[in-house]
Amino acid sequence: MHLAYPAVLSALLFCTGLYGVLARRNAILVLMSVELMLNAVNLNLVAFDVWLSRAAADTLHSGQALTLFTIAIAAAEIGIGLAIVLAVYRNRGTSDIDRLRDAAEGPDDAPETDRAAKKAEATA
Amino acid sequence: MTTTTVAVLVPLLPFLGAVAGLLLGRTAPGFVRPLAVLPALASFALAVLVAVRQGGGPALDSATELTPTGSVPIYLALDVDGFAALVAVLVGLVATCVQVYSTGYLRDDPRYPSYAALVSLFTSAMLLVVYSGDLMVLLVGWEIMGICSYFLVGHYWETPEARAASLKAFLVTKLGDVPFLIGLFALATDAGSFRISKVLGTVASGGLHHPTVIALLLLAGVAGKSAQFPLHTWLPDAMAGPTPVSALIHAATMVAAGVYFVARLLPVFQASSAAMIVLAVMAAVTMSGSAVAALAQDDIKRVLAYSTIGQLGYMTGALAVGDRGAAVFHLLSHGAFKALLFLAAGVIIHAAGTNSLAAMSRMGHLRDRVPDAYWTMTVALLALAAVPPFSGFFSKESVLGAAEQVAGGHVDRAPGAAGWIVLVFGLLTALLTAAYATRLWLLAFRGRGPQAPDHGRQPLVMNAVLWVLAVPSLAFGGLAFRLLPAWFGGGDLGPTLTTSVLGTGLALTGGIVTYAAWRHTTALAARVPLGAVAAHPEADAGVVEAEAIASHIAAYGDIADAPDPADPGRLLLGPLHRHAAAGFHLDAVYAALFVRPVLAGASLVRFVDREVVETYVRGAGALPRLLGAAVRRAQTGNVQTYVSALLAGTVVLAVAAVLVATGA
Repeated sequence: MHLAYPAVLSALLFCTGLYGVLARRNAILVLMSVELMLNAVNLNLVAFDVWLSRAAADTLHSGQALTLFTIAIAAAEIGIGLAIVLAVYRNRGTSDIDRLRDAAEGPDDAPETDRAAKKAEATA
Repeated sequence: MTTTTVAVLVPLLPFLGAVAGLLLGRTAPGFVRPLAVLPALASFALAVLVAVRQGGGPALDSATELTPTGSVPIYLALDVDGFAALVAVLVGLVATCVQVYSTGYLRDDPRYPSYAALVSLFTSAMLLVVYSGDLMVLLVGWEIMGICSYFLVGHYWETPEARAASLKAFLVTKLGDVPFLIGLFALATDAGSFRISKVLGTVASGGLHHPTVIALLLLAGVAGKSAQFPLHTWLPDAMAGPTPVSALIHAATMVAAGVYFVARLLPVFQASSAAMIVLAVMAAVTMSGSAVAALAQDDIKRVLAYSTIGQLGYMTGALAVGDRGAAVFHLLSHGAFKALLFLAAGVIIHAAGTNSLAAMSRMGHLRDRVPDAYWTMTVALLALAAVPPFSGFFSKESVLGAAEQVAGGHVDRAPGAAGWIVLVFGLLTALLTAAYATRLWLLAFRGRGPQAPDHGRQPLVMNAVLWVLAVPSLAFGGLAFRLLPAWFGGGDLGPTLTTSVLGTGLALTGGIVTYAAWRHTTALAARVPLGAVAAHPEADAGVVEAEAIASHIAAYGDIADAPDPADPGRLLLGPLHRHAAAGFHLDAVYAALFVRPVLAGASLVRFVDREVVETYVRGAGALPRLLGAAVRRAQTGNVQTYVSALLAGTVVLAVAAVLVATGA
């Protein structure tokens, strides 16, 4: 099989995943898209490992071994990710990423300087 | 034991007593009183032993090098001559009396352990000053006395008066101590040694290069410590401390340290006639001004404080005419009767429940409440007014006699002008001294009005101490003026006819005029009721005194004065009274000259710091803060925006990398 097929497939998979990560609003779907991107990478690893091992007579198949690692790490990552999403849902009643914006910068511009000035007055 | 060992033990014992008292004060309260009284008593006995063995012979001089300094070494030196031996006896006697008296006076005071330990430490420092033969070691004792005085004046630190007074005493004496230290260094540089014996040897051989500068610098320290004009203002305020402290520190010992120091180093001062004139003028201003001020004070202890300043003026006067024998003679007799006056005043304040003479003059039978204080105080006031044959008469006549000799040109140990200044102002002060002594006695003991409050009998120890001190006040002068010249190795100290007649005549005049004024004004007393009394029949004397001091401003509007038309001092001084009561406004002058510039400087520094320095700091921070505010707007909280930006960046980098790699 020509190398172009798995490479194009994995590029398509990766783009689908990227679109999902950037555009989906549901956190679970975002996680699924991340999995898609990971698997695109896995596919690449396996395909290029096979392609390279044809040239060299004796290899360690490190690409395929790395794929196993990626799968294991992806399993752990999705477990933690789903747990976080579950906890957020239980707390907030939603898993909509657009509404989870607590880390945003507040509207007030310079509260820190006021506090510092007050502290200086108190210690003076 | 050799005399040297005994002499070392004299300052050491109170020091050990102070350390033990501070350590055991809380854990073993039963030991505090013995630890306070016994070291003082033992060191008094040993000081007497040293004096007997020394016997006015050649000075006992022994030294061991304390530390090599690279230039002028410092010695742990003893130099006990006749002056030192006798002054140490006085210090030991007064310290013992004060410690015994304090056991009664502050018997319920919760801070008694630290108080007693500080008094012991103070005694030890004074004895160190007296015995030390090295100027640096002397300075150590000198400064320890200063800090002990600060703590003891502030003993009633709950009252704002005591806090202010302790700070003032410390700052004013330190103001004199800085030039004093420089003077000591200059003296040691010229003489090549801190040892007093070597310094005096250098002076005798004419090796002192800058006598006037050194003498004037040293005089600043002496003026601060001995409360001479213009650094005397701390002493009247220091009366906010407990009475025994006033008796020990501010009458008999610490303030005498300056006089004693000049007496020891008199040849250094004699080497400069300008310094002697300055000393004479200082003594003249001090004694006459303080005597006028004493006539106007309402607080009984402030009267005594101003009288202390005046009597110290006599001592400096004697030094200004170059007669240290007379100065130390007056120091000794004054130490005894002034300690007695203060301790008796403490008893009176306790019995009357007030420190105001105006209030006492409206109390009947106060003298029957405190017969011991009445009789002993009468003796001490007669000694203060220099009425023969009390001890003050002989010592004051020796001062006036010395001044008369110098003024008449019979001896040339001091400039004649100094003699005239001291003689004229000394006689004037004799008149004023008798006047304020009479006023004090009449107002305190001849009051008319409702019965004085009954505070029960005074503690036995307090009365016993008064009688112990009454003996030297009565008899010391008459016995001593024949014996002391042998100790001091100086001239005759006996009274001469001219000055005796003049001095006694003036003293009697002052007394009679004051009595006449009192007869004239006393009828007014009934018309103007005055008198706020802190009556605590069960409380110890210290509590009564602290309350009396704290309530004086509230009751009479001023710490020193009371609006009392029946005061003979008001009649005698006329329009001068208002200024004399305020100490001739010297405090206001100091406030205008020093306090206000310092405060203005402080607010200027504050302004510069707040408005100028901080503006630069804020300006330096403004630009980064603006940039930060702009960048923070990108932080929307939407994770997908961040990832999009990340992707865009990655794509740009990748394209750039590809373009660079292909060389396009």
